[in-house]
Formats: sequence, structure tokens, C-alpha cells
Amino acid sequence: MKIQISHGRVINPATGDDAVQDVFIAAGKIVGLGLQPAGFTPNRIIDARHKIVMPGLVDLAARLREPGYEYLAKLESEMFAATVGGVTSLSCPPDTDPPLDEPGLVEMLKHRAKGRNQTNVYPLGALTQQLQGTRLTEMGELREAGCVAFSQANAPLMDTQVLSRALDYAATFGFAVWLQPLDPHLARGGVAHDGEVATRLGLPPIPACAETIALSTILHLVRHTQAHVHLCRLSSAAGLELVRAAKQEGLPVTCDISINQLHLTEHDIGFFNPHCHLIPPLRSLRDRDALRAGLAEGIVDALVSDHSPVNAETKQVPFEAAEPGATGLELLLPLALQWARESGIALPQALSRITADPARILGIPAGQITLGSPADVCIFNPAQEWVVTPQSLKSQGKNTPFLNLPLQGKVSHTIVGGFLIYEDARA
Amino acid sequence: MKGNPQLTAEGQLQHLLTIEGLPRGVLLHILDTAASFEHVAQQEIKKVPLLQGKSVFNLFFESSTRTRTTFEIAAKRLSADVINLNVNASSQSKGETLLDTVDNLSAMQADMFVVRHAESGAAHLIANHVAPGIHVINAGDGRHAHPTQALLDMYTIRHFKKSFESLKVAIVGDVQHSRVARSQIHALTTLHVPEVRVIGPKTLIPRDVEQLGVQVFHDMAQGLRDVDVVIMLRLQNERMNGALLPSRDEYFKYYGLTPAKLARAKPDAIVMHPGPMNRGVEIDSEVADGMQSVILKQVTFGIAVRMAVMAILAGERSSATS
Repeated sequence: MKIQISHGRVINPATGDDAVQDVFIAAGKIVGLGLQPAGFTPNRIIDARHKIVMPGLVDLAARLREPGYEYLAKLESEMFAATVGGVTSLSCPPDTDPPLDEPGLVEMLKHRAKGRNQTNVYPLGALTQQLQGTRLTEMGELREAGCVAFSQANAPLMDTQVLSRALDYAATFGFAVWLQPLDPHLARGGVAHDGEVATRLGLPPIPACAETIALSTILHLVRHTQAHVHLCRLSSAAGLELVRAAKQEGLPVTCDISINQLHLTEHDIGFFNPHCHLIPPLRSLRDRDALRAGLAEGIVDALVSDHSPVNAETKQVPFEAAEPGATGLELLLPLALQWARESGIALPQALSRITADPARILGIPAGQITLGSPADVCIFNPAQEWVVTPQSLKSQGKNTPFLNLPLQGKVSHTIVGGFLIYEDARA
Repeated sequence: MKGNPQLTAEGQLQHLLTIEGLPRGVLLHILDTAASFEHVAQQEIKKVPLLQGKSVFNLFFESSTRTRTTFEIAAKRLSADVINLNVNASSQSKGETLLDTVDNLSAMQADMFVVRHAESGAAHLIANHVAPGIHVINAGDGRHAHPTQALLDMYTIRHFKKSFESLKVAIVGDVQHSRVARSQIHALTTLHVPEVRVIGPKTLIPRDVEQLGVQVFHDMAQGLRDVDVVIMLRLQNERMNGALLPSRDEYFKYYGLTPAKLARAKPDAIVMHPGPMNRGVEIDSEVADGMQSVILKQVTFGIAVRMAVMAILAGERSSATS
């Protein structure tokens, strides 16, 4: 399949290149930029006039819910949602049922995902068996089965000796460990930021120090073990400052935030909107603004969807009983664009946070449009407005705090490994 | 953010879910309507026909004696048919969801739900779900709100103090876990009480509570100085011994209302408590049964206030005529 993408504004965030030029794809690679390679005759020409051509999105946090939670979402629905969102590589946390703690489970997931010829799926292996935080998994075997890194997902790892050993063991082989900093004791029973809104609504609180205490523990252990740690879903300004200091010190850490924390605050809970029941919780305006600045600055390396489809019924209960989580694969691009617009950030820099930067964290050769790079491409219409509704979302999860919000920017084409896997003629 | 879900577009009360966001006029109207109902209890036939033919469902997902009973009496004095459901014991244990329970009862032509639930936001959830024309009264949701309790407290304060505009009111105890305290704070500030204080140890005072317009005191003697009204909160048994408080004895020592501590308040200060009381934990019997205590009056006024809320929701805006 040879594809020519013509007349599009091509943005390669890794280099900052931003120019109207044609892109030529053959045998799964980018074979030409601007100049048509000799002897190239396209099977398909995509007219990208007035559109933006960028590397396919790389999402570091998308729950596909398989194996085990097929009643929430299926590989089929969620991988389709990824293509609709222009996401061509994603990593999924190990909190499936059973958790991804055995090579066979990972191989099966990789196999089933590959069989769909869609988005590239990079599973995270469980750091401990059953995610119980006591015994290490066979990280070497899991790596060979296809795990890119190791994680506890949202499961607590209370025993710091186990955590220290897990980091040491992972560092032995150069494996990265992904950790979501949240002290399980301080977060126990909590559902909202420990601030004015939780006080007003009488919601059990989660203080920001639940994040900073866990972060401090992790950072001390990183210093001790020199393991590479990726810190998932920061939520507080104080947490961000700890990461900034760690990076200045030269510790091998990276971090991400989700689209929810990028745009929302505790006040979005309004009158108990269950879609705003998220872990980590939505915090204060000051926290959100610090995270936005941190993402622009690069202290926050990546923006993720934190895609977590849940059943509608599990949100139709009182706020604190609602299942936390929000769907997000289809919102990552438009919400990154909205952040760039609102903050006056140049597109190459903004798009880097959902392409080249997360690809660097995953250690995969994705997230760029250069000669010879894999032909994972997203083409979108930056002017097209659409409204987030249960009907417009392809994910099985319709749960999102952004429901009924108008967004700008719609994917028209998604190309993975040189194959056009999604096309929306109306975009 | 959605608008205030308990008011119609015209500003009429369609549900009573929380005091927060209700205009002062609405609160005063409820209190005035309650005053007009006080005489009903003195009549030989303690009934007015305002809710005749209406079905009021007392939907209690959490046990309660006083609140449920006073709602029942209030509804019956308005001539409504009252159905009491203790849901803990029935459908929830069979796995039926909250909203399914509500749908089933709505199908039995309910006109009004009086709801108590252990989780904050339950009443909002039900109010957003029911068909137009069905009214929801929050009889306590988690730590969030207990608006009729706050209204009967305001009624009691107005009865004894005549006006709100120059009062100092102290709320003492477990504010953190108290829906009563939250609703009282909103009611007091909305009614222009110039000084609302909360008193308790840091473990029982929620973060940023000052944002609600109150002053925080940890020393009870200081906090009670010159107040006109002392509102004691109930301390739940499960909070007495643990990481929130070391023991009930120590709690009583620092935050229990004794005659000596009460002497710091104005000589004519009134003492209130939403009940049920823990004598010897948050309040000394000498105070609970003393001259300044108006605790039993609160219970009596609770009936008239709940009648007023139901009558207003049912569309009877004029005072009772019988």
C-alpha cells in the first residue's frame, strides 16, 4: 500500500518542523517528505488540504478492559475508539482480571490486539503478583512476552521494602517502573480533593499530601536504586514541585498527567457529578494551573487520556459509590489542542506531549514523521467542531466529565504501519 | 455546572435537597409557613387537608427514629397517605439499585419522597432521576446535608431570639462528619447571622470550612464566649475511640458542654442539639435538662417545619386555612 498525503500542514513535534508538504508512505514507512521519491506511484492519495498531518498519538494510559472486564469494554470497541482518536500506539495498565502478571496473559493480549491490525498495543506488566504488593513478577519473562514496563496500576504497594526490591530488580535489567503516587492510608475512603468542595458537599477527602508523601517515598527509592521510574497521573502543584526538584537533581524520572487534571478542578463536581469521581481526584484551580504550566514547560513529559471506560450503571449511584474513571481515547487530541489554544502554546510543542514525548518514555520508534520512521500518522481537521455525546463516542464507555461539551479538532484519517485503518469523510 | 436543581426556572422550590444556594426569602417563607401550622397541633382534630390524596414515601436507607417519625406525623397532619420503607432491610439486600427502587415506588404513584441515605449526594441523584411533579425531600445524605433539621433549628432560634441579625452562634463537635452542621452553617449565613463559630478538635473540623463563612475555634471556652446560641452535635460511637479521638472521656473534658463552659456564653443563651444525645459525651445531663436547653422544643417545632416544607413543595403556598 502506497499512500500520498497531499497539501497537508505537516507537523513533526520531535524536530519542531511545521510546513505544508506532501508525505509519501510505502511498505509501512515514511519514504518521502515534500519530494516524491523516484518511481513512487501511490495507490491512494489523501487530500489533506486545510488539515494537519502529525504522527499518530501515543497514549500512555488506556484501559482496554481485557482480559476479565469485557462487560465494561472490549478490545474491539476500545481499539476502534483509539483509531477514531488518532491514537496509533497505546500502553495499557495491568489491572485486568486476572492482572497481567503472567507471560501467557500478555502474549494472548498482544496476539488478540495484533490480530485487529489497528493501534499498536504495549502492555504494562504487573510489578507484583496479582498486584498484591508482596511478591515480584517474572519481569524478564514478561518483558519477553511483550511488556514495555512494570506497574502497580492503581493498586497500592504499601510495603516499602518490596517497592525498594522491585525497583532494584527492575533496574538490574534496565526495566522502567511506572508508579502512581498515592498514599493508600491517606487516600482511604476518600473521593475528592481535601478542599472547599469536599467540605461543602460532605465528601470524604483525599489530601494532596497523599500524593506528595507517596512521591517522596518513590523519589528516595529512585535515588537509592537508580531505577528508571515513570510517575503516573500527577494531580497537585506540590507533587509537581517534587518532580521538578528530582529532575533538577538528575534522577531518572519522567511523569504524566491526564486530560482530566489538565482541564478540570474540584469545582467541576458541581452538584455531585459522578463523572468527576476520578482517581487521583480533581484538585484546586491552583493545582490545575500549575500542572498546565508544568506540561508546557516539560516538567510533565506527557499528556495521557487515562481512558477508563465504566458501565453507565456504576455512575448512576451517589457520588462516593460511583466507579472512578472516565473514557478519554477520543478526547486526547482535541483536549490537547484546547490546552494549546488557551495557553498560547505552539502546536509542535503541544503535540509533542502526545506523540514524541510519550514515545520516548515507552522507548518505541513512534511519535515522529521523519524519513524512515514507521508510518503511524494522524490527519485531523483543526477547525471542525463536534460535541461529546454518548452517540459521538465510539468507546463502550460513555462516562466523561466532558459530556455535552463542544470540542474543536476531529480526526479524519488514522494510518498505522502504512495502512489506512480509519477514515471519516465528514472531518 | 448545572443550576440549582432544587429550584424551578421561576425560582420556586421543587425539591428540598440542601440549604446551600437557597435564597433568604425561601427560607423565611418556610419558617413563616411553619408558624402558621403551629396551631394545628392545638386543634382537637390535628389535621389540615392540604395533602389529601397524595402519597408520601418515607424512603430510609439508613435507620432513624426521630426524623422519620416527625416526617410521618407532619405528612399525616397534612392528610397525606404515608408509606414507610426501611430499605436497608428489603430491596438493597436483594441487590436492587437505588434508582430501581425509586422507579418502582414512582410506579406506585408516589407524589413525594422523603429520603435518607448514608452517602452524600443520594438525594440529588434521586431528584435528578424522578419524573417532573415528584418532589424529593432530603432527610439526610451522608455528611452532606440535612436541610429540614437546619430549618427547624432556625425556627427554634427565631422563636427564642426573635431575629437573626445580631446573633453569635456556636456549633460544637464533629463538624467533619455532620450533615446537620453543614446545613446549619448555610442556613445561619443565609439568614444574616453575623457570627457563626465552629468549635472542635482539628480531627473533626473539615479543611477550608472558613470558606463557608465561619470562624474556627479549638478552645471551647474561647469559642463560647458571649454566644447567644450553642448548638451541640452528636458524636457517633464509632468515632470515639480511634485515630480521630483518643477516648470519650477526653472528648467530654475538652468539648463536652458542662454548666461551667456554658457560663461563658451569654446568660440567656439557648442550648440546642439535633438528637439523639449522648449524655456525658458531648453534653452534661445538667445542661441537657437545664433551663437553657430547648432541645425538646426543637423536636416539636420539627413537625410544623416539615409540614411547611411538604405543603410548599406540593404547591400550597398560602398559609393553612382550617
